[in-house]
Amino acid sequence: MAVSAYLQLAIRILTVAVAVSAPYIFAAIGEMFSQKSGVLNLGVEGIMMLGAFVAFYFAWAHENILLGIILAIFVGGLMGLLMAFVSVTLKAKQGISGIGLFMFGWGVAGTLFRLFVGGVQSISGLQDLNVSGLTDLPYIGRILFSHNILVYLAFLLVPVSWYVLYKTPWGLKVRAVGSTPRAADTMGINVTKIRYQCVILGSMLAGLAGAYLSVAQANMFASDLVAGRGFIAIALVYFGRWKPFGILKGAMLFSVANGFQRWFQISGIAFPYEVTVVFPYVLIIVVLALSHKKFAEPTALTVPYDREFKG
Amino acid sequence: MGKIQSMEMVDITKTFPGVIANKDVNLKVESGEVLALLGENGAGKTTLMNILYGLYKPNGGKVLINGKEVNIDSPQKALELGIGMVHQHFMLVPSLTVTENVALGIKFKSKFSMNLDRVAEKIKKLSELHNMNINPNLLISDLSVGERQKVEIIKALYHEANLLVLDEPTAALTPQETDQLIKWLRSVIGEGMGVIFISHKLNEVMEVSDRVEVLRNGENVYSTKTSETNIDELARNMAGRDVKLPTAERKSKYGEDIVNLKDVWAKNERGIDALRGINLNIRKGEILGIAGVSGNGQKELAEAIAGLQKIYKGEIRFKGENIANKSVQQIIDKGMGFVPEDRLHMGTIPGFKVKENMILKDYLRDPFSKIFLLDRTYINDYCKSTVDEYDVRCPNINTPTHALSGGNIQKVILSRELKRNPDALIASYPIRGVDIASVQYIHEKLLEARDNDMAILLITEELDELINLSDRIAVIYEGQILDIIDAKEADKSRLGLLMAGVKEGVS
Repeated sequence: MAVSAYLQLAIRILTVAVAVSAPYIFAAIGEMFSQKSGVLNLGVEGIMMLGAFVAFYFAWAHENILLGIILAIFVGGLMGLLMAFVSVTLKAKQGISGIGLFMFGWGVAGTLFRLFVGGVQSISGLQDLNVSGLTDLPYIGRILFSHNILVYLAFLLVPVSWYVLYKTPWGLKVRAVGSTPRAADTMGINVTKIRYQCVILGSMLAGLAGAYLSVAQANMFASDLVAGRGFIAIALVYFGRWKPFGILKGAMLFSVANGFQRWFQISGIAFPYEVTVVFPYVLIIVVLALSHKKFAEPTALTVPYDREFKG
Repeated sequence: MGKIQSMEMVDITKTFPGVIANKDVNLKVESGEVLALLGENGAGKTTLMNILYGLYKPNGGKVLINGKEVNIDSPQKALELGIGMVHQHFMLVPSLTVTENVALGIKFKSKFSMNLDRVAEKIKKLSELHNMNINPNLLISDLSVGERQKVEIIKALYHEANLLVLDEPTAALTPQETDQLIKWLRSVIGEGMGVIFISHKLNEVMEVSDRVEVLRNGENVYSTKTSETNIDELARNMAGRDVKLPTAERKSKYGEDIVNLKDVWAKNERGIDALRGINLNIRKGEILGIAGVSGNGQKELAEAIAGLQKIYKGEIRFKGENIANKSVQQIIDKGMGFVPEDRLHMGTIPGFKVKENMILKDYLRDPFSKIFLLDRTYINDYCKSTVDEYDVRCPNINTPTHALSGGNIQKVILSRELKRNPDALIASYPIRGVDIASVQYIHEKLLEARDNDMAILLITEELDELINLSDRIAVIYEGQILDIIDAKEADKSRLGLLMAGVKEGVS
């Protein structure tokens, strides 16, 4: 291949990677807020399923994508409320309640799909939005500015959530509550309230991530649409060490690796495709394993707060 | 509301399921005075202070500030009223900076930004004004215990507290830091601060307080001016009986060396030499005290002998055999006992029942287990009698251990270690934060073990404890044994100098 062909290939892989990374960013940033406040929400995958279905349904039956997206966020919020109630108020084990939430969202979405839609239906989906002036920039324009509006929103979410977490009073409270809730409590911070807010916010973003998959990426719904992306998002939170820009890095790395392996599959190079498919996942595991010592895990993660417990 | 001239708690009652923590308790403190609040562990002091700070809601009674009733239903409210509290276990977020920790309690005008530079500036000013030397930009996790306490105090000062509650403020401080704190307290009460001072250390109470209020079993039992009482009187009222701390009878002969350390070197978690050529011997039937400001290698010394800390040079002989870098299990099997420094998390498994923690080292052995099965009947009988024998105050042997007070947890650990009848015992800070009646009990038990020919290494910051119990006292400084002196010849000022690294005739 000539040099320009490599360049074209790189641009193509990167362009796809930017678009594909958006749902990971939404879901992982959401999960980051939840975990920063001390709640491990393993239900992301289920929330994404339900969000994907709700957005798809309104886009298909009512031809209203915007309404679909808004309702997906709303339903995500409701799932978050349920998760918060079970794990913050009832102090249930978060690993188990999260898995319960996952199964619930997964089952409900599949059932509703069979009930109200039945078979594979495609929709027109969100259109790409060219940004005047920027889209025409050489290379960069295509890679960064030839996407639908949700992609821009996802990339905007990264600096915004960084600012919220590190520069606002609310973000300070979140960081305190997830690390030392007792200290936060003695400073007059309502631990329960902050945790509810974070879990609900995180779940709303997971709902949005699900909506992205159905109305902006696949333009359809199927019961295996989410395909483990919710769990990858959780891994990305660890990968990014609970920092928005770290999560962005992880989401991009994973998406580029994914784009690369897809190209590899169709490139005609003789190599078992089963091995190339696992490449991005192996990469994530390797990076996770190598970087574990520098973790800045919220110390109260998964620990329900009880004012009268001393241990 | 203006400054607090007086604060009064009237007929406060607080019950927890099955327990009355406070029963019609009354308390009054005025600006410019230090009120010492005394009582054994579980007497209700901390509960009372948590009510004052808005963490607990009382079942009855009221709080008056300057004669007017106030409803303190949250810590936020307490802060607004000018009540500051330095908790026994610091209420700081280790992953945040000093400034951020202080900012947690501030109500910022804007929801979207906070001016942390201004907060840092004010912290700097306060820190200079009160001689505290705190850098507001450091993470709490990088600060020493003494510095963290200063941050707690600055936090209270920042929120303009003029009634300060100090819950066992000196429990984890070095003697020098304690002196500093007391000096500081004197200066702020001169400026009109009111202080409630909770402590187990009666000599400090005598030194710093103006009045004393003693609680026992959740009720007021004794209230007096400090100038009209003495240590024995206070101890008697706290315990409800005479308390006389035991002292070691001098022996003329000791047995052979049980533990022998030769030129032991070890690195701490940060890779810095914590033990730098330690030479020590502990003889049969002897208590060897280790004096020193904490952080000079005591932890590593204790853990090296117990097998938890690797050493990279030297040898540790136990009954003649080199046990350096052997596994903990091997060392336990050889007859070593260990009362660790962090009693809740290292000494016990907090979520385990009292009975489970009591048999933690022996559950696999006959008679606690037969073949592969635990003998429940035997374990229950054993633990019930041990609880009685060691006077462990707990609802029953199935109570989770974290629910017990510090003194009682220590008794559980001590019973586990002593009833195995080891040849040597390492006791790290056995009475830290423990009330006087438990201190008496723990000391009696240690002396009894010594008189039964156990070799004991006693690590503590309490000079009285060292002098009362030890046969010899070794002073540790920066990972080296500076001197070993006979307890008969030890006096506090000499020990104090040695602990500061000053060796007579050298400097």
